[in-house]
Amino acid sequence: MSEVATTYEAGAHSALQHHFENMEQQREAGTLGMWVFLVTEIMFFGALFLAYTIYRYQYPAAFASASNHLDIRLGAINTAVLIVSSFTMAMAVYSTQVGKQRNTIICLILTMILGATFLGIKAIEYHDKYRDHLIPGQLIPGHPFNPAVAKPGDTDEHKLHLVEGATVHNVELFYWIYFAMTGLHALHMIIGLGIMIVLTIMAWRGRFGPEYHAPVEISGLYWHFVDIIWIFLFPLLYLLGRHLEGRIG
Amino acid sequence: MSEHIVQPRIYIVIFLALMLGTGLTVVAAFHDFPGPLNAVVALTIAVIKATLVVLYFMHVRYSSRLIWLVIGSALFWLAIMFALTISDYWTRTWLPPL
Repeated sequence: MSEVATTYEAGAHSALQHHFENMEQQREAGTLGMWVFLVTEIMFFGALFLAYTIYRYQYPAAFASASNHLDIRLGAINTAVLIVSSFTMAMAVYSTQVGKQRNTIICLILTMILGATFLGIKAIEYHDKYRDHLIPGQLIPGHPFNPAVAKPGDTDEHKLHLVEGATVHNVELFYWIYFAMTGLHALHMIIGLGIMIVLTIMAWRGRFGPEYHAPVEISGLYWHFVDIIWIFLFPLLYLLGRHLEGRIG
Repeated sequence: MSEHIVQPRIYIVIFLALMLGTGLTVVAAFHDFPGPLNAVVALTIAVIKATLVVLYFMHVRYSSRLIWLVIGSALFWLAIMFALTISDYWTRTWLPPL
């Protein structure tokens, strides 16, 4: 073993914490830590996806009926919005890596605008479900789950169109899962927006550069992870019964 | 290992692939495939999209083996949770009612 103790390099970066030898080690440790956190996120979202899988397997007709009531256009637009926001986030990371502070701030602000757009569209969807009495149980006091069921031939899109074999009770189960999953996802988006605000302020103050940009990179991992959850939620919640739409009774 | 800087050109290609995948999954959803194939097609597209995000947007393709190990172990434990739970629900109907 060498007797030479680790010495701080002269002119070491001010962001280097004392327990790391150099910026490289600090950055890698941070990335690893973020991935370990994301693993815990994968596990708890995984449990929700598992619940979804089991109930969809047990009540396929009710799930298809409930899913077809969701607004596919808003869902698809939101998917695109999130993908664009992931792209702008990736560009924010690139901009800090090459030291373009102005571009970093622009990309972060664009990402925030897109994230807020997603939440706005989500709010419109939630309101539509509220209007159609599709909020499950007594989540909204005095406004219980009580959708109007369409009779054969009725094309009123505010009513619930049941595929053969579906019951309103099991449609309610779908909406429990829908609100749990999209609600948790939206909560992650809100937290993400908070992180973006902090990053933008830090970037504004010139804290990041080619040497030090771990916060931007790590927040990017979080943002992309939230995007991935939606990449699965969109087909599983919005698209599962579309091929049955012609067979609605 | 020094940091790999992914070029914007790659981000643009991945972005376009993700948009294409989104369009494809919507179109495929309205097509009535036989049996459970609708779910298979939708999930295949979703897995491909997620993989592209992880490898390129999240830089995992250029990350250390340790990161690969962490992600691999997450998927492994996720698979255990799904496999054991689904095997239970799936086989319950195999027994005659008591």
